[in-house]
Formats: sequence, C-alpha cells, structure tokens
Amino acid sequence: MSKKMLSGPYLLWMIGFIIIPLALIVYYGLTDKNNVFTLANVLSIATAEHSKALWLSLGLSFASTLICLVLAYPLAMILRNRQMGQGSFIVFIFILPMWMNFLLRTLAWQTLLEKSGVINGILTALHLPTQSLINTPGAIVLGMVYNFLPFMVLPIYNTLCKIDDNTINAARDLGANFTQTLLWVWFPLSVPGVISGITMVFVPALTTFVISNLLGGSKILLIGNVIEQEFTKGSNWHLGSGLSLVLMVFILLSMALIAKYDKNGEGSAF
Amino acid sequence: MGQSLIDLQNIYKSFDGTMVLDDLSLSVKENTFVTLLGPSGCGKTTTLRIIGGFETQDSGNVIFDGTEISKLPPNKRQLNTVFQKYALFTHMNIAENIAFGLKIKGKSKPYIQDKIKYALKLVNLDGFENRSVDSLSGGQQQRIAIARAIVNEPRVLLLDEPLGALDLKLRQDMQYELIRLKNELGITFIYVTHDQEEALTMSDTIVVMNQGYIQQMGSPEQIYNEPENAFVADFIGESNIVPGIMLHDELVEIFGAKFACVDKGFGINRPVDVVIRPEDIDLVEPSRGTLVGTCTHLIFKGVHYEMEITTPDGFEWLVHSTDMCPVGQEVGIHVDPFDIQIMNKPASEDEEAVGVNE
Repeated sequence: MSKKMLSGPYLLWMIGFIIIPLALIVYYGLTDKNNVFTLANVLSIATAEHSKALWLSLGLSFASTLICLVLAYPLAMILRNRQMGQGSFIVFIFILPMWMNFLLRTLAWQTLLEKSGVINGILTALHLPTQSLINTPGAIVLGMVYNFLPFMVLPIYNTLCKIDDNTINAARDLGANFTQTLLWVWFPLSVPGVISGITMVFVPALTTFVISNLLGGSKILLIGNVIEQEFTKGSNWHLGSGLSLVLMVFILLSMALIAKYDKNGEGSAF
Repeated sequence: MGQSLIDLQNIYKSFDGTMVLDDLSLSVKENTFVTLLGPSGCGKTTTLRIIGGFETQDSGNVIFDGTEISKLPPNKRQLNTVFQKYALFTHMNIAENIAFGLKIKGKSKPYIQDKIKYALKLVNLDGFENRSVDSLSGGQQQRIAIARAIVNEPRVLLLDEPLGALDLKLRQDMQYELIRLKNELGITFIYVTHDQEEALTMSDTIVVMNQGYIQQMGSPEQIYNEPENAFVADFIGESNIVPGIMLHDELVEIFGAKFACVDKGFGINRPVDVVIRPEDIDLVEPSRGTLVGTCTHLIFKGVHYEMEITTPDGFEWLVHSTDMCPVGQEVGIHVDPFDIQIMNKPASEDEEAVGVNE
C-alpha cells in the first residue's frame, strides 16, 4: 500500500502534464471552432504549403541526423579508445557548450553567418566574394547538427564503452582487420546507442522551429514553424493541433521503423 | 618432439615505469602443453599477450617458426587465443561465433558448416548451433570460445586463465577435456594460470614466473620435486623451507642435526636452503629420529593427518602423514636422503627480490 502511495506524485504529474495535454491536442486536432468533429485540420497537411513544409522538415532532419551520425561515430570511437582520464576530459569539453543557453548558441551562429556577419567579414578582408549563408536550408542543417551532435555522441560513446576490450581482441585474434572488426563487431554491438542517438537527434530536429526561425529567416518554413504560427499568430489552435497529430504519426512511424532493426530493444527511447 | 616453434628473446616490457617483464627468454616446442604459472602480477598474462600480439614489448624479439613476428598485428599471426572471460560475440548465435574466423578467411559455406559441426562435437556441445550466447552457462561459453579458436586450425592456442571463472568441479572436468583436446588436435598449447594444481595436472612443461622473471622451467615432476629456489618450493605445493649448511657432498646439517642427502657440488660448509615436503617427513620413535620435537598441532584431513612438530630451535615442521601423533607428545623426525632438496641461498639482492614474499 505504502509503496503504491509513493508512485502517487509521479502518477499525478503524468496525468496533469502528459496525458491531459495530449488528450487536449487530440481533442483540438479533431474538432473545428464550433467544437464539431472534423478531419479537416488533419487533412490540411495535404495542402501544398503544409506538405511542402513537412517534406522539407523530414528532409532536413534526416540530413542532419545522418551528418550527426557520420561525425559522432568516429568521435565516439576515438573517445572510447582513449585512456580513462583523457577520454572523459574530451567528453567534458564536448558537453561544455550544452551548458550554455540553446538560443544563445543559435544566435551566435546567426551573427557568424549573417550577410554582414563574421564569416563574410573575414571573406571581405581576404578580398573574396561574400557568400549568402544565412536563410538557407544549409544554415538550418548546420544549426541542427551543431545543437544536437552531443545527443548523438553520448549514447554511442556509452555503448562503445560497454564493449569489452577482449571482445575486440577476439575479433582481431580470429583474423579480422580494422574494417571487418568495425563492421562485424563494433557496429552491431553499438546499435542500441546508435538507435537512441538517432532518436534523440531526429525527433527534436523534426519538430524544431527555433533553429529555422533564427537561421532560416521567414523564407524557409518547416512544419514546426507552421504549427508555431498557427498557435501564436494565426490563433487557430485546432489547425495547429491537427498538424501536430500528423507530425506525431510521422515520428511514431520512424521510431517503429528504427525499432524493427533494434533487436535487443535496449537503446530505443521508449 | 620437434624443434622450438616460439622463441621469446630478451623481452623487456614496462607499464608506466613499472618493469613487468625483465629480460625474459623462453622457447616453446611444437606440440607441447606449456603452462606459465605464477601469482598475479608476475607477468604471465603480459607474456601471453605479447605472443598474441595484443601488447608490444619494449625490446626483444618474438620468433615464430623462424620468423620475427613482433611487427605483425594479431590478425596476421598463426595463433588463436581463448580469453579469460570467454569474450564471445553476444550479437551472434553459437554457429556464427564459431564461423567468424572462417568467414574472414573466405572459406566455403559447406566447409564452414562441417567445421562448426566438428568443433561442437569436439567440445561436447552438439546441436548448440542456434543457441544464443546468453543462454549458455559459463562452462559452455568457455567451450564455445575454445571451439571458436580451434576451427581456425592454429598452430598455437593461447589460453589466458580460461578456467578461472568456473567452479571447482567444472574446472576439473575441463582440465581433462583440455588434455584430451590437445592430444586429439596435436597443436601447441600455451596456458596461463595461477593455479599450481591445474598446472601440475595438465602441462608437459611448467614455467614458474614471479615479478617478471622465470624462476624455473621444467616438467611438473621436476618443478615439484626439485624446486630450484625458495619461491618455487613455496609456490608449488606446501613445503618446509629451512636454513642448512652443506657440510660436504651428500651431507647437510639442519638445526645441528646431520641429514644424509643426494645433492652434490655445493662445496664445503656452504649455507643453503633445504626444502622438505610435508609428506616426505617420517615420524619415528624419538630415539630413532634425526631431530626430535613435540607435536603442537593436529588436524585430520581425510587422506592424511596434518601436524606441526615443533623442534627445540622453535621451527614448526609441517608434516602430512597417515600416522597420528597426539598433541604434546614427543616424536622423532626422519627424512630419506632422496626426499631432501638443496637450493642455493639467494646470492644477490636481485635474486632476493624474487624470493618468497610473506
């Protein structure tokens, strides 16, 4: 009995801050202004403007997840193979920027990439033509990769650390060269970490509107921006909720797809 | 038996300034069972890892079948290792584990299938192909680790305390199994352990190591019966190590009493260490004993009694005998000449350092 009581606060928290808001979104998403049931909000994803934003979001978050993975895996390998103290110091350095405000870090990129920003300033000083860096899909991907990379490195690093040195030695002993060891031993054993890394990068990248606001300007609309605007500027909570439901379905779909390849089920975020 | 297959020549190795192997030279003949035996930290595992290619020596040569292989990575060496904690690939089933080395060598599918069957039969685990690693007990995992190594037909199998994690009964079973495997396969085994009984049971040759030095190398009988120094005598089995004076050939004085022995060539009136095994001491009537003492301790051990006989000089002799002497009774000690083993006293400080640390 007393043990059940202990879970009470958590239960209340879950109901108050997860279940009820979710139910409200479902309710708003499936009704119109007169509180009549409708699928119009959800189906409006099919309009040219909305579906373009959704595909762009999927594309950019897929690209940044991929870039994060490509950057993070070798880094995690290097960290793993460092001696104890050295490795954790580098991890510490890596996490350091995460202690700074997310907005500040993104704003810093804005100053760097602007037309009259730091990078173009340097280019001008070197008598090179200035580049239009800000307000491009590339700038958004850069912002995503920069902000979310640690979330890819850490889970991969953690699973790599759990792999016993002798397992790797055994592979080498049985004749595997570096590439074969990487493909047949390192990678399969680190899949749980890769899965949770992908989850932790892909989901926030797909739903972000801050990064696209600051680095994409008003020209590039991601699905996150569309939803945000419906809530803040358009004041159409019904449409915003309907679109978030669609987004949620896409996230669940992609996670299910990933989980299918995660045999052990250790790493998934669920 | 054939010529030497592996030659370690003047190997030095230190970790963070601590000398682990100090001028170690060792040669291993083809088709023998060689055991590196010693307490933890004696350098035995490091020696094995240098042969396997997982560590590189600071200086010295590793010669394999006439070729220097120090620069070769582990995957290019014609030997396989069985690791202490099995180190199986947990993401693969048993068949895939065993097939790993063969797949890398590009062997054909039917060949690999045959080999898996053969190897599983060899380690008495027929039909385990599709089991997962986690579903196996420690002993079974160790057998799979051995199977995974031997399917590659290595010329040398390195075993790093492979039975260390198993319970006593299983360990004894596995010892016989390893001897059988070695005889069936005809490959050279280099085995690392700190368990002297394991070493005595299985080996053709035992290399006793301590603090990076080889203390003695020889057959199990030689190591047990003719230990060359106090460390070996103390590490292998139980023993009484007493100071003595070699009066002349075949006569040694211990605590003032003269014992006949069979050792020669130590010179005249030379201080020596004398090793006498507890089971080699005969208890006789006080009048017939070379030394006379009083029994101060008695335990029944099943096969024999364990007693401590204290002689007037204060030394407590450990005695294993089927004859019983009650505590407090006077008893004579007699030792046959061939049961007395004479050793040189440590001559230098260097040798002292490798002596018994108690």
